[in-house]
Amino acid sequence: MTQNNNAEILKVEGLKAYYQMNYFGVEREVRAVDDITVTMRKNEVYGIAGESSSGKTSFIKVLAAAIRPPLRVVAGTAKYNFASGPIDVAHATPEEIEAVRWKHLSYIMQGSMSVLNPVRRIGKTFQDFAQRPLGLKGAEFESRVVNHLARLNLSPDVLRAYPHELSGGMRQRVTIGLATVCHPEFIIADEPTTALDVVVQKEVLSLIRDIQKEMGASVVFVTHDMSVHANVADRVGIIYAGRLVEEGPTRDMFFAPKHPYTAHLVASLPRIGDRQQRPALEGRPPNLADPPQGCRFHPRCPLAVDKCRKEVPPLETIGPDHRTACWRWKDVEPLVNVSAPSGEMA
Amino acid sequence: MFAVFRDLIRYNIEFAIGLVLVGIVVIFACLSFFSPVDPSLIYTTIPDQPPSAQFWFGTNSRGQDMFWQLSAAFRNSLVFGFTVAVLSRIISIAVGLTAGYLGGWVDRVLMFINDIFVAVPIFPVLVLFYFVLRNNMDSLTLALIMACFGWPFDARLIRSVALGLKHREFTRHAVFAGMSTRKVLLEEHLPYVMPIVFSTFMNNMLWSIGLEVTLAVLGFTNINNPTIGTALYWANSHSAMVVGVWWWIVIPVILMVMTFIGLFLLAMSMNEYIDPRSRLRRMGA
Amino acid sequence: MHGYLVFVGKRLLQLLAVIFFGVSATFLVTHLSPINPVEAALGRMTARSVSNPEAITAMRAALTELYGVNEPIWSQYINFWSRLVQGDFGPSLLAFPTPAMTLVMRALPWTVTLLTVATLITFAIGNVMGGLAGYNQNNRFLKAFGLVAIGIQPIPYYVVAFILLILFGFVWPILPISGGFAMNVTPGWNWPYISSVIQHATLPALSLVLVGFGGWFLGMRALVSNVVTEDYVTYAELAGVKRTTIVGSYVMRNALVPQLTALAMALGGVFSGTVITEQVFNYPGLGSLLIDAVNAGDYSLVLAVSSVSVTAVATAIFIVDLLYPILDPRVRAE
Repeated sequence: MTQNNNAEILKVEGLKAYYQMNYFGVEREVRAVDDITVTMRKNEVYGIAGESSSGKTSFIKVLAAAIRPPLRVVAGTAKYNFASGPIDVAHATPEEIEAVRWKHLSYIMQGSMSVLNPVRRIGKTFQDFAQRPLGLKGAEFESRVVNHLARLNLSPDVLRAYPHELSGGMRQRVTIGLATVCHPEFIIADEPTTALDVVVQKEVLSLIRDIQKEMGASVVFVTHDMSVHANVADRVGIIYAGRLVEEGPTRDMFFAPKHPYTAHLVASLPRIGDRQQRPALEGRPPNLADPPQGCRFHPRCPLAVDKCRKEVPPLETIGPDHRTACWRWKDVEPLVNVSAPSGEMA
Repeated sequence: MFAVFRDLIRYNIEFAIGLVLVGIVVIFACLSFFSPVDPSLIYTTIPDQPPSAQFWFGTNSRGQDMFWQLSAAFRNSLVFGFTVAVLSRIISIAVGLTAGYLGGWVDRVLMFINDIFVAVPIFPVLVLFYFVLRNNMDSLTLALIMACFGWPFDARLIRSVALGLKHREFTRHAVFAGMSTRKVLLEEHLPYVMPIVFSTFMNNMLWSIGLEVTLAVLGFTNINNPTIGTALYWANSHSAMVVGVWWWIVIPVILMVMTFIGLFLLAMSMNEYIDPRSRLRRMGA
Repeated sequence: MHGYLVFVGKRLLQLLAVIFFGVSATFLVTHLSPINPVEAALGRMTARSVSNPEAITAMRAALTELYGVNEPIWSQYINFWSRLVQGDFGPSLLAFPTPAMTLVMRALPWTVTLLTVATLITFAIGNVMGGLAGYNQNNRFLKAFGLVAIGIQPIPYYVVAFILLILFGFVWPILPISGGFAMNVTPGWNWPYISSVIQHATLPALSLVLVGFGGWFLGMRALVSNVVTEDYVTYAELAGVKRTTIVGSYVMRNALVPQLTALAMALGGVFSGTVITEQVFNYPGLGSLLIDAVNAGDYSLVLAVSSVSVTAVATAIFIVDLLYPILDPRVRAE
């Protein structure tokens, strides 16, 4: 936790992004991102966790400047502070976004098996993705790509290969290569390890970590898998029902969670030699078209009181870098006994 | 099955239009059962009368009332298409299910034969049959020949579904329960391919009626049997368009286009119903 | 490379099988029928008052030798093949004593050219428009285009050709509606001839294109609207890859792979359509030749046209199949 005072790269303020749909004349509004405020710093890995349909994917879409109807930004800003100048991707024009895409802001997509065009050679794909942002041509471009691939332990031969000729791990490395060849300042990694086997998963995680350190980039790492966050993230933010419910340094989040939902997520991690009955969380994530009043977690919360049903808890700062949105955060205890290991986690 | 049709009519405009078009043509064709005249006779009425209250569709140069003539023609053509479709469905189901379920060399041999049939251009073959059989070539013979060529595309389609069914739990249960291959195919797998069979049924009718029209127009069928194609054949041979008996051509062409578009819309919308991906697209998801 | 050769070998085997079975079927159909081909042909010839006795005698000899009607069927079959390999179908009745094969070879280039050009145009228009319609699903022009495609696609070749004939023959006579080229030009590499050929081919080609493009359009539109949801397209869009590159190299390129298989499968049907179109427009190709031969009862010519068209279509399918691995690298590796 040495980068606490580093400059901010992204500042999201009061961001609201809704899906607005029209089914046979009936207006429907799904509040996928509902008032999120968060900052991310240069040179850090920020983990975002949450269940599926918690709104984390929509949040990521806004950050990646991939806002397409029916998703719309209703309020708030998402300002990046790139070397080329500040840009608010929630309101920027397509041209402005085009100017930062891949050069400053890049994306590693879920599902390495299917993100590469099956009928295009890898080298061609690199040209499609990176030639414009890099502004290099011919041999210069080629040598830049080859050097970058070498860093990822890939031989230049992969440029002549088709995706189906590569192994799963190689393909994932190629995807990471695609996303990082332009040395972007900010990388969004959306579930990059899901559906990979454990060995490859580990390799990919350390690769992302290495590349991030080497280039001094910031990474937003999205996954529902808390154990992955424990391995890579500097800070973790938890999204529940379209809201940021807790945020803090990874260590604190795991050993002293201050939101009942975080406590539950941490407790659900499997541990070696664990004989405890795992406390199951009742109910399901709320319907974002009609979220519950007050704290959105209250129908499933073991600590819920009357106040939780009526009033929305604000995101308060409760410690260094640690914020939580719970009326009863002082009463939140880790659900399982975890003793802090001696070593550093990340 | 009825619920499916009801939903299709309610939510799928193409299906509804197709149903209306085909419905009109079928009703029109069924009227021929009450025809006051024998459609194979000529000079039963005044020739070359334009459409009027007495002769709704006019009369042709052969002295036939076009309304009853076309009604019989459409009935014959629809029955013809239906026959070909039923016969070729039987072959395609048999080949498709067997190839998909048994796999291995049976599959390879059947698909090899299948590919040969796909590659043989059917039109010269039909002409050849006509050339040999001449006036012995009646509708049933033609239907049999065409059924022998109308199955390979759909057999391939059914095979691909059967391949997926083979590894499903219920198939294994059936096999463990000692069901014979024939029983597994007929009782367990056949219901799954029925939607494809229905959709390809329409397409197949389209194909066979179209081919019949083509052959008949050239005079390569029994031209005395009233069908859509022979109606056009006689109109052509009397140069109907040139001498101004336009209704002799225009009315059958309109009815024919209605039939073809109707059948096509039915086939297309049922196809979309089977392929859920295209259905989702329709709903705007 | 090795994989590709195996692929080619398999397809070649299939090609030979198709030709073998197709031509054998031609033989069987003509020989298993109760009609004696020689007498039937001669009877029809005399009925059409071709009463040159020398021609009839020569014909009887040629036909008897060709069909060997007095021999057992298997030896007739072998005889048939040995003649076929030499391209000898005997003299044509229609234009006695020109060999049937000569007439076929004269007509073949017309059909091949018409079919190739019309198919390429159809395939290109249908796929490009269908691809665009699948990618821009809300474009009104492309939606209207789709409706037109649905409207024309199921109508038989004959009717479309006939409507064009009426439109351009009677209503608005700007294009020639009959023949392969004008009477007053000399065939050869001169502009009047070439332009006359192009003008005469316009309507036949147009009718083939009109009937054909709808199928490709609808097929491509459906394929593209599936391909655009693929991750590699979403990812390329996210990365800001040029839009033209996405549409061309990512979306259409992938959707084209199954369309090429469809092309191979459709060629037989397109050939049938060409036969009709040629007849309607009196085009000097295989189709017109076949119909004339049937009407004249010209046995050798019918056999020649059938065998050649089976072979030609099978070969065309073979060529399209060979292109498949070029379009889909995944096939090459297998």
